[in-house]
Amino acid sequence: MNSVANTLADPTPGGDALPAKLRIKNLKFFYGATLALKGIDLNLYDKHVTAFIGPSGCGKSTLLRVLNRMYDLYPNQRAEGQVLLDGDNLLDPRLDINLLRARVGMVFQKPTPFPMTIYENIAFGIRLYEKLPKSEMDGRVETALKGAALWNEVKDKLHTSGLGLSGGQQQRLCIARTVAIKPEVILFDEPCSALDPISTAKVEELIDELSATYTIAIVTHNMQQAARVSDYTAFMYLGELIEFGPTNAIFTSPKNQRTQEYITGRFG
Amino acid sequence: MTDMTVEADVSSSEAAPDRASALRFLKMSDRAFHWMTFLAAVFVLALLGAIIVSLIVGASPALSTFGFGFVVNERWSPSREIFGALAPIYGTIVTSIIAMLIAVPVGLGIAIFLTELCPMALRRPFGVAIELLAGVPSIIYGIWGFFVLAPLLKETLQPALIDIFEHVPLLNALFAGPAYGIGMLTAGLILAIMILPFITAVSRDVFQTVPPVLKEAAFGVGCTTWEVVGNIVIPFTRVGLVGGVMLALGRALGETMAVTFVIGNSHNISASILAPATTISASIANEFQEASAGLYTSSLVALGLLLFVITFLVLSAARLMLMRIERKTGG
Repeated sequence: MNSVANTLADPTPGGDALPAKLRIKNLKFFYGATLALKGIDLNLYDKHVTAFIGPSGCGKSTLLRVLNRMYDLYPNQRAEGQVLLDGDNLLDPRLDINLLRARVGMVFQKPTPFPMTIYENIAFGIRLYEKLPKSEMDGRVETALKGAALWNEVKDKLHTSGLGLSGGQQQRLCIARTVAIKPEVILFDEPCSALDPISTAKVEELIDELSATYTIAIVTHNMQQAARVSDYTAFMYLGELIEFGPTNAIFTSPKNQRTQEYITGRFG
Repeated sequence: MTDMTVEADVSSSEAAPDRASALRFLKMSDRAFHWMTFLAAVFVLALLGAIIVSLIVGASPALSTFGFGFVVNERWSPSREIFGALAPIYGTIVTSIIAMLIAVPVGLGIAIFLTELCPMALRRPFGVAIELLAGVPSIIYGIWGFFVLAPLLKETLQPALIDIFEHVPLLNALFAGPAYGIGMLTAGLILAIMILPFITAVSRDVFQTVPPVLKEAAFGVGCTTWEVVGNIVIPFTRVGLVGGVMLALGRALGETMAVTFVIGNSHNISASILAPATTISASIANEFQEASAGLYTSSLVALGLLLFVITFLVLSAARLMLMRIERKTGG
């Protein structure tokens, strides 16, 4: 527990000047009566990638699901504390949840193409927020697909079902769909766990490119992936944030014993 | 420990011939099982074939006497031995359409409420109530329709409809009086109530097959519940939904007892849905006892054959429609 206090005392090691896009303050999360997050304090820095690592059940996915209020869909789940997105508290019940989800996009563990054409998969999300003439919509769809490095593979079959794509392509379609709405933050929940190594490399490359424009949080079980794609890494264990810092520092000189044990594969 | 292994070795070597015969027996019983299940499956086909053949044989005197006129002739006159099935066909189709128009939206609405919106504590009671509704015997719907619903409609809904649409062209023909209580609208309403549980139960089951993560993804791009249901849940489950709706339509087309009570049993084709009419199955149920052997009976059997054909056509149309949707979305 000491280590937690230490990290909190110095929440931005090596980068106080960075603006924080998301500020998580004393966040507690309950599944019914079970406390799953025991008071998390953390900043996600603007236009940087933050990786969340930790053994299964440590609360990293839960934390991600708080950031776009996905838990709202389920009764008996609730969050306490504050999550400030540019100063707006996301947990405020008066907040328009649909607008929030336009600002905070999410890509899931398994590819989740909607049961419609590739074109519609992208246009559908855009249409929820904007009314565009056809020509402009075509442009937006193309930009989104190019942004997800998928355009060349699908440009000749835009009007076929998104379900016909390969797993890796489907996942990039989901990323394109998320990007098309122009969010500010993108959450990735183990985006590569169902993908082959080549698709994984493509998605990682994409995350790297996206970090120039968006604030990104990624949950991963793959240490190398965390090391490759992220600027900051947060290690979580049993609902607590154990250590947080620049990825380099976490992977080369972790301050906490448990962090070290986890990243070297001795437990977890 | 060593003793035990020795013992085990001994027993296994002794058991070797036993094991071989056991295997032989298993193989034989496996083959017997295979043939038993195969025969059961063939039996269903044979049964279907037998029904079709006996329907065709029974209907052939009527069909050879009246030819295609049997289907397009409205006149049904047992005393003159002139039989035309157009009126029952018309009644069957109109009452089924009324039933579907009411039951499909309501059933889908209930299913959406149960799967997406209903508080957990209420889901079970609602679900059980729907299933109970499905278990009510049709004769009960019949007497309830005749003694309760029809008099009620005669006093309330039917006069109101007649008044409202009195001066609206086309619609005044559709809702022309007088209000008898019984008639196609009442039969359609009863049918709607009867098929509602089917549509609800099937759609609830298929809605539950939508992966939660897919719904989360849709909520994740900022969809409202309405948008998720309309754009994700229903397209994702359309095959199952159409299947459920067709099942219900099949039941509506063939339902006999309840309809016989409230349709009025008159071989007339009327534009007004308030008018008494008849359906194929109601005609058969009403008249088979008084039917003299010969042309009359044969005509009733031909009616049965027609119902069979209509149901078959409906199911084929549904299949075709699904195939076309699938090709369009490539899914």
